[in-house]
Amino acid sequence: MNWILEPWPWYIGGPAIAIFMLSLLIIGKQFGMSSNLRSLCSIGGGGKVADFFNFDWKAQRWNLTIMIGAAIGGFIAANYLSDNTVQINESLLPQLQEYGINSTGEAYLPTEIFASENLNLKNLLILLGGGLLVGFGARYAGGCTSGHGISGLSNLQLPSLIAIVGFFIGGLVMVHLFYPLIF
Amino acid sequence: MKTILYLFLGTIFGIIMYKSEAASWFRIYEMFNFASFHMYGIMGSAVVIGMIGVQFLKKKNYKAIDGTDLSLTPKEKGISRYLFGGIIFGLGWGLAGACPGPMYTLAGVGYISILIVIAGAILGTFLYGLLRKKLPH
Repeated sequence: MNWILEPWPWYIGGPAIAIFMLSLLIIGKQFGMSSNLRSLCSIGGGGKVADFFNFDWKAQRWNLTIMIGAAIGGFIAANYLSDNTVQINESLLPQLQEYGINSTGEAYLPTEIFASENLNLKNLLILLGGGLLVGFGARYAGGCTSGHGISGLSNLQLPSLIAIVGFFIGGLVMVHLFYPLIF
Repeated sequence: MKTILYLFLGTIFGIIMYKSEAASWFRIYEMFNFASFHMYGIMGSAVVIGMIGVQFLKKKNYKAIDGTDLSLTPKEKGISRYLFGGIIFGLGWGLAGACPGPMYTLAGVGYISILIVIAGAILGTFLYGLLRKKLPH
C-alpha cells in the first residue's frame, strides 16, 4: 500500500486541477482562491474603512466553503496519504544548506522556517512579509495563481498572461536577488 | 446540500494541492531555480486541458447546471495593475513559498506558522483596499 503515500507526478496533479476548475465552471462558479481573503476582510468589518470591502460577501460563501474544504483536504492528505517529505533536485542542496536549510528531502516544508519551535523574529518577518506581499499583490493584480494562472489563462485572457509574467518576475527576483540577503 | 458539494470539492482540491506538492515551499523554490519540470508540468498541463475544456464549453454555448451563464467574466483591460500586482505577488510567493490555495491546505495540515502567512495575506488584502484609489491600475 506504499503507492498511496507516493506524491503525484505532474501529469496527475495538473489535469486534476483542470478538472476541478472545469467542475466549478459547470456548477456556475469560477476558480479563484484569493477572493476569499477579500471576503475575510469584509467579514472582519473592513467595509467601515474601505469601500472595497463593501460588497455582498455572502454571495462568496460557496468559495469560503471550498476554502474550508481545502484545509480538510490538507489534513486528510498529510495524515493518511503522504509520508510528508518532498524530494527535489539534489543540485539545489548545497545552496539551501548555505541558507541554513537542512531539512530538504526530509520534510514537506523547511522546518527551519515553518516549524513552530523555530519561530523567531526573523521567521516571523519572513512569514508575515511573504503573506502580506501575496495578499496585497493578489488583490492588486485581481487574482492569484488560480484566478489568473488557471482560470484566466484557460479563458485566453491577456491580463492574466501579464499577471503571470509578473508572478515570475517577482518570484525570480526574490529567490535570486533577495534570498542571499535574507538567508 | 450545496454546502456539502462545495466542501467535497474543496477537500479534493486540498488533496490535489498537497499530493501534487504544489503546496510545498521546496517545490516553489525549485521552480524558481528552473531545476525541475514538475511545477511547470502541473501548471502547463492544467492550463492546456483547462483551455481545451473552456473553449469547448464556450463553443457549444453550454450553460452552468443552474441555467446561468458560465462564470467567465473577462478581465478588465490594463497593464499596470497586472504587472505591478503580479510582481508583488511573485515576491511573496517566492518568499513564503505558498499561494492562497495551498495556504488553507497547509493550515489544515496543522502548520501553526502558516497562520502567520494567512494573517499577513489578509492584512495585505486589507492594505490594498485602503490604498486602492492611489495605485495605478
